[in-house]
Amino acid sequence: MDFNISNKRFWAIIVTMLKLRFLISILLIGLLTVSCVSQSTGTDSPSNEQANAHIEVKGSDTMVNLALAWAEAYQKENAHISISITGGGSGTGIAALLNNTVDIANASRSIKAEEVNQALGQGIEPYEIVVARDAVAVIVNPSNPIDHLTMQQISDIFQGKYENWSELGGEDRPIVRVSRESNSGTHVYFLETVLRLGESENKALFHPNTLLLPSSEGIIAEVRDNPNAIGYDGLGYVTPDVKVLGIQPTPDTPIVIPSIESVSQGTYPIARELFAYTNGEPQGAIKAYIDWILTDPGQQIVEELGFVSVAH
Amino acid sequence: MDTHLIPGPKKRNAKAAFSQVVETLISAVIKAMGYSAVVFVIMIFYFLMSEGLAAVGEVPLNVLFSARWYPIEGYYGILPLISGSLLVTIGATLFAVPIGLATAIFVAEIAPRWMREIFKPVIEILAGLPSVVLGFIGIIALAPQLRQLFNLPTGLTALAGSILLGIIAIPTIVSIAEDALDGVPRSYRDAALAIGATKWQTIWRVTLPAARSGVLTAVMLGIGRAIGETMTVMMVTGNAPIVATGLGAIFMPTRTMTATIAAEMGEVANGSVHYHVLFLIGIILFLISLAVNIIASAMVFRVKKRAERILS
Repeated sequence: MDFNISNKRFWAIIVTMLKLRFLISILLIGLLTVSCVSQSTGTDSPSNEQANAHIEVKGSDTMVNLALAWAEAYQKENAHISISITGGGSGTGIAALLNNTVDIANASRSIKAEEVNQALGQGIEPYEIVVARDAVAVIVNPSNPIDHLTMQQISDIFQGKYENWSELGGEDRPIVRVSRESNSGTHVYFLETVLRLGESENKALFHPNTLLLPSSEGIIAEVRDNPNAIGYDGLGYVTPDVKVLGIQPTPDTPIVIPSIESVSQGTYPIARELFAYTNGEPQGAIKAYIDWILTDPGQQIVEELGFVSVAH
Repeated sequence: MDTHLIPGPKKRNAKAAFSQVVETLISAVIKAMGYSAVVFVIMIFYFLMSEGLAAVGEVPLNVLFSARWYPIEGYYGILPLISGSLLVTIGATLFAVPIGLATAIFVAEIAPRWMREIFKPVIEILAGLPSVVLGFIGIIALAPQLRQLFNLPTGLTALAGSILLGIIAIPTIVSIAEDALDGVPRSYRDAALAIGATKWQTIWRVTLPAARSGVLTAVMLGIGRAIGETMTVMMVTGNAPIVATGLGAIFMPTRTMTATIAAEMGEVANGSVHYHVLFLIGIILFLISLAVNIIASAMVFRVKKRAERILS
């Protein structure tokens, strides 16, 4: 009996707490809405106020660590600037620029013609700045005996023309193709440069059973764990526990390993530029930030994170 | 509405009037909230229809019902996505229903009281586990195990998604089915035991049939929980859009409707064909869960009617 009574009291307390929580959450929602509204009015006019400017950056997952490192270093020097970084993929960043919800869109591919047309239709003028360069490494499990492939072979693997590693001189194992999701700039770049070998009339596609993983980490995890897998990822993301393949642009050219040197010399064939897009030429606080990225401290961070500086 | 104020001292009168106002106010607020749920459903349905039905006009039906999903190149075949969702959900149901029902029977009928007091909260903690955490466990622990166990090319398969979705659906099934079993009057069991039935016979022939409507609701809500789940399936099913053609498909990667919407919604520009097709997928998903709900309530209704007939 006594147990029962105390139980009832206990429940009464719980119910009161729940009621309170309901009230508190309503209050919190209200507060959040108010703060969001005031914040968005702040970002609407980033240029007219040099002090306390807020810069909203979104886009490429390949560049998200780089963007974070830039923002951190820049905010240390300029305490009045606040920069927020979101990933989501290059397509996501460009879509956000088109919807006018960000100041800078990071992209690991250049903007498509349709996207430019759509932007112009919505009164947005995408302005392109090359902020860094990057090699895309083709990676396999360390237990895979193969250590180099030609561009044509990689293209055929991802199109599904090879089904077994033994066809390429490897072990008798099925090939598991691992790719980023189609909203990734790396995905689009890889499709155009490797699968289609840079030929604009080539309409090759990824084989339908290619795994489309939502993150770079997912790709690294699968390739690290699975001896059947082949994937690709930005060199800055590749960890030592996967094997980076050397690439032969054509069967009679030397094997090139992706590195800062081979990218800056232009010998590694799967290297690309990384972009920042703004609405029109950057002004005010955004211009100051972009200028800082393009000069010494910014480009030093680029090299520290395994990307290639544009200064080379 | 028509109240008669009790004549009395002025102070009391004012108090009564005040509580009257509060009363009216509270009932108005509650009424508005009650209506709002219906209004929300109608608004969501209208929004889905207005955004999604445009896709039917923009994409030819033979493209829409083809087997290739690669939206960045204009391949909008939704068959692999529908088959992927159905495959993973059926797999999850086959996994979750036996385990869930057995657990519910054990907790409600067999376990001693103290064990029950421990089991129920623990199972409810399982329900509170964020799906992204389960997905992470799936990538790191489950997928490699499945690959080795069944000697598969990759562990990121429909099977991994089914198992994790099953784990997500189990707490729902256990919790509701256990309540239903608990609601069966003690006298039913006593009567069965009195005429010489064993404990198992009592459970299987008396308690379970008596609680049937609640148990069916539990199963249907569990299925509903599984079909709408996004994050976990996006992380562990590999997301390759392959149409399931046989039982072997459970051991292959698959791509569900929810994962497709989640992965691609951020990338699309407002009002594009891809955007409309994603909303069309949303409509299909909505219709499927509506069908599940209707089937569930129809079953419950039928069972109830039959029970009433017997009692009368």
